[in-house]
Amino acid sequence: MVNLQQQRLILIICLMLVGAALLSLLTGSTSLPLYAALQQSFSEVDGVYGIILTELRIPRTLVAMVAGASLGLSGAVMQSLLRNPLASPGLVGSASGAALGAVTALYFGLSASFSLALPLGGIGGALLATLTAYLLAGREAGPLTLILAGVAVNAFALAMVSLLLNLAPSPYAVQEIALWMLGSLANISRNELWVMLPGTLIGWLLVWRRGHDLDLLTLGEETAGSMGVELEKLRWRLFIAIGLIVGSAISVTGSIGFIGLMIPHILRPLVGHQPSRLLIPSALGGALLLLLADIGVRTIPLDTEIKVGVITSLLGAPFFLWLILKQRRSGS
Amino acid sequence: MSHLIGRALSFKRDGQSILEQIDLHIEAGEMLGLIGPNGAGKSSLLRLLAGVTEADAGTLTLAGKPMNQLTPKSRAQQIAYLPQLTEVAWPMSVERLVSLGRLPHLEDWQQATPEDEAAIEKVIHQTDLTAFRNRPYNTLSGGEQARVQLARALVTEADILLADEPVSALDPAHQLDVMALLHAYVQAGHGVIIVLHDLALAAHYCNRLQLLHQGRTLAEGRADQVLSDHHLEAAYGIAINPPAQQSGHGFALPWRRIEADEKEP
Repeated sequence: MVNLQQQRLILIICLMLVGAALLSLLTGSTSLPLYAALQQSFSEVDGVYGIILTELRIPRTLVAMVAGASLGLSGAVMQSLLRNPLASPGLVGSASGAALGAVTALYFGLSASFSLALPLGGIGGALLATLTAYLLAGREAGPLTLILAGVAVNAFALAMVSLLLNLAPSPYAVQEIALWMLGSLANISRNELWVMLPGTLIGWLLVWRRGHDLDLLTLGEETAGSMGVELEKLRWRLFIAIGLIVGSAISVTGSIGFIGLMIPHILRPLVGHQPSRLLIPSALGGALLLLLADIGVRTIPLDTEIKVGVITSLLGAPFFLWLILKQRRSGS
Repeated sequence: MSHLIGRALSFKRDGQSILEQIDLHIEAGEMLGLIGPNGAGKSSLLRLLAGVTEADAGTLTLAGKPMNQLTPKSRAQQIAYLPQLTEVAWPMSVERLVSLGRLPHLEDWQQATPEDEAAIEKVIHQTDLTAFRNRPYNTLSGGEQARVQLARALVTEADILLADEPVSALDPAHQLDVMALLHAYVQAGHGVIIVLHDLALAAHYCNRLQLLHQGRTLAEGRADQVLSDHHLEAAYGIAINPPAQQSGHGFALPWRRIEADEKEP
């Protein structure tokens, strides 16, 4: 009965996602005749349309969907786990940790000599930051302490990123780091997709079947504990999952903010506010939003391509403001 | 054999002793009232029994098995806990919140079965929540919210229900409704441990009372044994009306505070 609502929502987002994916394949500086491109992709002879489709557009589209799904999902998980609608991967330090890890790899030139350095740096940074926040907060911390610990880790990671930018050996390195920080899906190849998949899939699996636990957390940590939720295990598991998911995504796409905050928030009322029913729609919604933002980036007629992270932030900042105003109205 | 037995339970918080050497037991078909002044350790004791915190010393057994050998899930199927304050994080509907009480019976991947649906339906009807079932929890009054929480705990159909002041937010009529519901739950063969501040309700509905004072059991037994003038003065510093030795049926209406100069030397 209630499930129908969720299934309908999933179906609608899926349809929109398929449409956006097709649009994404067709959008770019070269207009692509899809039929010819497909024909070339499946034939022995290499043609320019086939190469553009298989080497550029398909990987870019898939990376946008996987990264967007990861960000949307981790936002939904984070908000449910911390029982706080303003929580997001950025809040517990995962995103800035990933940025620090990846920037470190860029700074020392590791990514040039070893192609996995960037994603590994991102995952390592995200895991380290998330776990530091968790350990800082202590074993029996409430959500508020955890969020404060996240804020501290966040501040430190961003300060370190600034330090690395400050100390960068050449203007070229500064530019590379700065542009990476803006978040972009341009120049994505199949390689990046393969690089981000393992961490992402392990992270998704760790979240799998934790829906009931997140539902029970609605009643508070104490009640959830009395109803069979092993809170500490659950936190470890989900923090590691978020580290893997966010680290994998951010290291490939660069810093892309606000998707994890916005998407679960928009979709929550549509699933009756139930955390377990929010997970899949949030993943799909995140994929859709990042894909649309990336299509937007490619269609804005400017000489310099706007980075997709800039677009999500431009959407995110006013959204955050609206959220605060709404909170203030309902809170008072 | 008693269903839930605690022996010599002690609990410290930040080095300060909260509970000392508490013995407690509850049978099926029995309502045990935990009474005592604020800070006596009633809620801490309930949390120990619910498995939310662990005792520093003492043993807990559930149906003959040491409680720490049970999985959290199996414990949750057998003991339901209704804390004093529950902050609900999301404005879910009444029906969905109540249905969370069935999750201890479901596997991680499982949706509610027809049996669960029937249990939910029954409890929503019993707790008089039919009219509110689709309302968001946060739009309900305090008393209605308390009934939703009670329904959530009842629907688990656990052998033992631990309820921490479930009637404190309710008007007298709804207090009686809730006590009658809990009484029916006990009649159906479950055990209930309830923390109460209302001594009259405690005396009326509980089969046994356990009076806690400063983390220790001051008295335990039938209402007329526990609610004596002597115990009430020692624990609360109050006199009741009519005095317990006159009333004879253990009904206690707190009447006045006993001033320091009239206390027994």
